[in-house]
Amino acid sequence: MNFSKSFRNTFLVILLSLIVSACATKKTTTKVEGQMQGDVYTGTDTVKYLADGVPDRVFFATNESILTTKSRDTLRKQANWLRENSSINVVVEGHADERGTREYNLALGERRANAAKDYLITYGISADRISVISYGKERPVDSGSNPLSWSKNRRSVTVKAN
Amino acid sequence: MIKIFNLSFLVFLFLITKANSLIEIDITRGNLDPLPIAVSPLFQNDSSKKNSINELKLENVGSEISTVVENNLKTSGLFNPLSKEAFLQKPDIAHLKPRFEDWALIKAQALITGKVTIENKKLKVEFRLWDILAGREMMALAFTTVPSNWRRVGHIISDKVYERLTGEKGYFDTRIIYVSEEGPKTARVKKLAIMDQDGFNTKYLTLGNELVLTPRFNPTSQMVTYLSYFKNLPRVYLLDIETGTQEVVGDFPGMTFAPRFSPDGKKIIMSFAKDGNSDIYTMDLENRIVERITNHPSIDTSPSYSPDNKYITFNSDRSGYQQIYVMKSDGSNVKRISFGKGLYGTPVWSPRGDLIAFTKLHKGKFYIGVMRTDGSGERLLTENYYQEAPSWSPNGRVLIFYRETKSNDKGEGFSAKLWSIDLTGYNERQVQTETDASDPSWSSLLSN
Repeated sequence: MNFSKSFRNTFLVILLSLIVSACATKKTTTKVEGQMQGDVYTGTDTVKYLADGVPDRVFFATNESILTTKSRDTLRKQANWLRENSSINVVVEGHADERGTREYNLALGERRANAAKDYLITYGISADRISVISYGKERPVDSGSNPLSWSKNRRSVTVKAN
Repeated sequence: MIKIFNLSFLVFLFLITKANSLIEIDITRGNLDPLPIAVSPLFQNDSSKKNSINELKLENVGSEISTVVENNLKTSGLFNPLSKEAFLQKPDIAHLKPRFEDWALIKAQALITGKVTIENKKLKVEFRLWDILAGREMMALAFTTVPSNWRRVGHIISDKVYERLTGEKGYFDTRIIYVSEEGPKTARVKKLAIMDQDGFNTKYLTLGNELVLTPRFNPTSQMVTYLSYFKNLPRVYLLDIETGTQEVVGDFPGMTFAPRFSPDGKKIIMSFAKDGNSDIYTMDLENRIVERITNHPSIDTSPSYSPDNKYITFNSDRSGYQQIYVMKSDGSNVKRISFGKGLYGTPVWSPRGDLIAFTKLHKGKFYIGVMRTDGSGERLLTENYYQEAPSWSPNGRVLIFYRETKSNDKGEGFSAKLWSIDLTGYNERQVQTETDASDPSWSSLLSN
């Protein structure tokens, strides 16, 4: 039963990826300025990899915790990788940019980390393998004070916990 | 008549002249014409000077105390302490009976005189406040304390003078707890720090091993509540700054943050985040009972009680964006009060009860402002690139907050400093700190 469930999940993942990636290619053609789409970061400057082809982070629009098409794509790769490496647990860190009040940003970071966590759960990863922590605006990766720097800092990062 | 102050301060109230004075200061308006006041150095005799050097390594503790008073009065923006070089009368003689004509000649309207003695490891200070125009004494007080408390004596004198001349309690014998910051933005080291309101006597309460944020004083005791990332578990802690003992507040299965004491000091109110949703909770410090106050899928945070403990103001994005709300302290009757353009955060109820201070973000600028508790009468006091988190002086007349500067693309040029501003919007000043600083919280008056 476990086998058939995970098989069904995998099937669902593949099916959804096909649909979503079809949409995604359409969208990227309307891509605006180099490394940002709207105010969501789309570059790879700060991105690290959990494994070959598995980016560790996704980016958010200002004050938002909605996952973009690209973010969902990244998280599906993470889910696949987590499924293949069932002994690994992760912490999803939620972050905000410096242009918000500290306390609200702590809550916003938590909301972003949970958006990523929920998506991983939807793709079959057990909730007890994923913990979340919010750093609010306390741990930026880019210390500049400009829209591009801020876009790199509005992120959730999946980090190996063991 | 003997009045006993806590913290080992004995105050002999030997005379307060009740007669109607000619001098008084209206602090409800921006004061562009501060009151000229002469602060005569407190007189110290020779034998006491010797003791002063032995006990405190200070040549003349009398003039040091008068400098503390002078700085406080000047910083308030309501007084203009006159240059000592213009003083015609010697401190000891002036303290007995000032020649009012001499002081009127240098345009002083009020005069502070005094005398200090250090004997048998006791510091005794007496001071008098004189009304120059009316030619009479307005107040006289004496204190006895341990010599190391000499700065506090200066703060208490400042508070008494402020109260006598403005009709409102002062805020000088107070402390600020804040977060000391060092290092690059991407790896900032933060420590809890505490200092006197005028920036002296800084002490660090944590070592910087874990991230700490948003310390707040208990208005009734020497307790502090703050957020610590100890063991990478962000939780609200309670710290006794006298004993150094600390404990986690409550047993929550997730991040607790944005703590603040109720005005009676009996509860901590804070946010608890779970599954992407932050709601407001309280914990009673006596019986440890936890109560949920809000239950809404939006972010509810930055709660602050009204001084009568009956209402709570807080920050929520339930309308789609950060706005300020007020509710009864049981969580009922939630009403949005901020309707201006932009986002609103960090509401803090004034200790006088009449106003709520806040941070506002509009078109890329940050403002510190105040509004009435129904949201009317919004006034923005200061605009800057980044500033937030106002905290009230105990008399509700001054706000302290932190301000950050913009960094260039390499991250250079960044700083975080404490600033204060009067409720009138005048008298904006940087508050000196040893390191970069943020998240200030103002204590209650330490004496009385």
